Amino acid sequence: MTEHMPLPPATGCRTAPVLKERGQREVFCGLTGIIWLHRKIQDAFFLVVGSRTCAHLLQSAAGVMIFAEPRFGTAILEEADLAGLKDAQAELDRTVEELLARRPDIRQLFLVGSCPSEVIKLDLNRAAERLTQTYAPRVRVLEYSGSGIETTFTQGEDACLAAMVPVLPSTDARELIVIGALPDVVEDQMVALLTDLGIGPLRILPARTIDDEIAVGPNTVFALTQPFLGDTHAALIRRGARHIAAPFPFGEEGTTAWLSAITEEFNIPRALFDRVTEAPRRRARQAISQAAVPLNDKSVFFFPDSQLEIPLARFLTRECGMTALEVGSPYIHDALHGPDLDLLPAGPQISEGQDVDLQLDRCRAAHPDLTVCGLGLANPLEADGFATKWAIELVFTPVHFYEQAGDLAALFARPLRRKSLLKVAAE
Amino acid sequence: MKLTVWTYEGPPHVGAMRVATGMKKLHYVLHAPQGDTYADLLFTMIERRDHRPPVTYTTFQARDLGADTAGLFKKACQDAYDRFQPEAIIVGASCTAELIQDDPGGLAETMGLPIPVIPLELPSYQRKENFGADETFFQLVKHLAKPQTKTERVSCNIIGPTALGFRHRDDVAEITNLLFELGIEVNVTAPMGATPSDIAQMGKAHFNVLLYPETGETAARYCEKEFDQPYTKIVPIGAGATHDFITEVRALSGSTASLDSQALRQTWWSRSVDSTYLTGKRVFIFGDGTHVKAAARIARDEMGFEVAGLGCYNREYARDIRAIAKEFGVEALITDDYLLVEKTIETLQPEMILGTQMERHIGKRLGIPCAVISAPVHVQDFPARYSPQMGFEGANVIFDTWIHPLVMGLEEHLLHMFREDFEFNDAAGPSHHGGHQPSGTASVQVPAAPEQSLALSTGGDVAIWLAEAEKELKKIPFFVRGKARRNTETYATSQGLSEISVDTLYEAKAFYAR
Ligand code: SF4
Ligand code: SF4
Repeated sequence: MTEHMPLPPATGCRTAPVLKERGQREVFCGLTGIIWLHRKIQDAFFLVVGSRTCAHLLQSAAGVMIFAEPRFGTAILEEADLAGLKDAQAELDRTVEELLARRPDIRQLFLVGSCPSEVIKLDLNRAAERLTQTYAPRVRVLEYSGSGIETTFTQGEDACLAAMVPVLPSTDARELIVIGALPDVVEDQMVALLTDLGIGPLRILPARTIDDEIAVGPNTVFALTQPFLGDTHAALIRRGARHIAAPFPFGEEGTTAWLSAITEEFNIPRALFDRVTEAPRRRARQAISQAAVPLNDKSVFFFPDSQLEIPLARFLTRECGMTALEVGSPYIHDALHGPDLDLLPAGPQISEGQDVDLQLDRCRAAHPDLTVCGLGLANPLEADGFATKWAIELVFTPVHFYEQAGDLAALFARPLRRKSLLKVAAE
Repeated sequence: MKLTVWTYEGPPHVGAMRVATGMKKLHYVLHAPQGDTYADLLFTMIERRDHRPPVTYTTFQARDLGADTAGLFKKACQDAYDRFQPEAIIVGASCTAELIQDDPGGLAETMGLPIPVIPLELPSYQRKENFGADETFFQLVKHLAKPQTKTERVSCNIIGPTALGFRHRDDVAEITNLLFELGIEVNVTAPMGATPSDIAQMGKAHFNVLLYPETGETAARYCEKEFDQPYTKIVPIGAGATHDFITEVRALSGSTASLDSQALRQTWWSRSVDSTYLTGKRVFIFGDGTHVKAAARIARDEMGFEVAGLGCYNREYARDIRAIAKEFGVEALITDDYLLVEKTIETLQPEMILGTQMERHIGKRLGIPCAVISAPVHVQDFPARYSPQMGFEGANVIFDTWIHPLVMGLEEHLLHMFREDFEFNDAAGPSHHGGHQPSGTASVQVPAAPEQSLALSTGGDVAIWLAEAEKELKKIPFFVRGKARRNTETYATSQGLSEISVDTLYEAKAFYAR
């Protein structure tokens, strides 16, 4: 760590007691990840095998983003499929044939399991193997679950990436893989930083197309850019790769700590690190200090949503002057979230899972200045006078690394600025 | 298995949510996995509701499946009762819970809650959202409403409006007012705004006004049979339909009160010479059955459009829509396949689309103006201002909405006359829509890069445009250019021409002149 780094708090949250709840959860299922994954992986199609509900979820979550023909769709199970009148595997073959004939540009097909396909035990793994044989080498067919009984929101991306790990070729080369779907502009910035630091060869998962080859083996090290990639982390470790644990690259401190962990792994001289990061660090600090003014001395309450909650709480408390009252996360993995928990000053209630009515009671009692929550809760809370930030925007907007640090602070500041601007109260 | 890209209707339990969320003091306990809670945002974000929908989801997970999902359901039911103290509870299953067969209705019954508990059977793998709303409302009426002595003064119920309905909020206000002027009291409006105890009072009304057959018809039929309440068959969308509706209501109620229709400006607006340019505009109409039926009549009889094609996405109304299509001499498109709708529009090349938000996107891509006439809804369909579709004000609103996307009369001529003016050129689009191109950029606005579906429909047998002809084509204003291009190509193909010259363009124009 360089001398500019603020010290970690005397007591962090890593060992704080966690409130575990198992009641009603107000969260998306993993299918939602398809909304950004299908834009990121440009030669892939995501075929959900599910119900009308799954199709409706994708459409509602995609909101305004209606594309002529998106690279995702739903094979809706019908009465005849469920009653066993039709052979579901044969139906799937027929649907895939129809789809691939329509979309000759598709090189990777993901069969995505849903609650209904899992409850009826439709074996998508078998289907993926069979279809891969049928369509190789033109199309590779993989399978993962985005179902609501198995996955919460961003875990869909985790399941998708984890499904790609076993089919990666093996290598003994010492390489760095960076894992997590980032907006292209952010990814380019990251690549530039790591290249300037002399780190390479560098691979990125998910790659933009199937031709960008990634291999993995015992000399591979990997870093995560997203805190929700627990299964992918485990799958890579099974392939012999080693994880570079670090806080996540949000804000100036997070980005510096993340890069610094990688440079230490590659024995990059401190002087080079300082030279490369000095200007962007200064810019990031300056942007945050301007954007975070409305956040100073304000309190924040996180409902569980994307697993970004802990790193973001660290950013808001350490870099924007906020106090966290409760930090809820759908799941907490010590291997991933530990470094951020170490930096998060003791105080907030850390909670895992949800019982939404009880949590709403706690939120109302705590009376935070800012509540970070899902779309289903935002307007009802606003109507009660609580300023809210929709969590989903944090997944859809470029927020990682130095150049976005100010934008990230501004995303949280906007609801508070807005609240202070509006002079006429809602009736 | 059916491959689906975009859907016009959600699953049936979303229909049940529309009923529950529109009502007060009713709670819905839904056996469903966590991801199904996305449906809350339809109400809190699209409709901007300031309360969470009154729905408790059991949010069972994989680990619960082998264990006790039934116990989970009962706990959710009890917690919901204790916390929200509703007057009645409806219980049901989403698509996943339907497969695990816990029988929410049976479970809830054994709990002995001191309020009516109404089980819903909504087959998720066969039916859709409108059915879900219609069936839920019917079950509520069947369980809660009882025959009653009729009110002394003539009264009616307004039935059909729900949460997340296309302009239901304002339609109800408009029609309530119309009925008031006719001297008719509204006994209960349901489901929207009603409590379970209001529904128990529905039998007091003399007749029913059915505003939305999609979501209220089964209940209306039931009330007709059980409570001797006839119901209105005409949906008052458009000036003509509103007059017919008034006649129908007078017959049902005996009202002779005179009505002031001064507020109806639409009929004069569309007779004024400024509207001449609307004559014979070819429109394609698509949406739910009720709104399409109404729009077809308005388009032909009140706007002077030519209906080039029409259809609906809800199969339940296929017969009505086929009958209308026959009357209009066009083919009915009954489908919920978005890509097929897009293809039909491409083939028909209408000058305007009257459709849903989905067709608005199709229109954007094809460069065809579109006005929205029906659900599925979008945040734009919940304007802050009063904006009904029904009654006299509704007819006014529809007139404004439909002409908004079009290039206005004089403006259209000016575009023709000064087509090469560097500022006032057609690439700029209708002047009252934002996003004008900076002057001097002579580039022509083309619809977004054609994607797969477009590529599929243009075969290889299309004649080639010569450079001069292509240049001439660009002088044709953008809002008819697509049609001109297609007509010319069709004409060239029919004449066996492999190239299109300026002459071919004008031959085709003469050939298709109407
Ligand atoms: S929770 Fe399950 S059933 Fe619901 S949308 Fe997600 S995968 Fe489909
Ligand atoms: S911007 Fe003004 S002048 Fe232009 S069309 Fe609209 S109303 Fe008419």
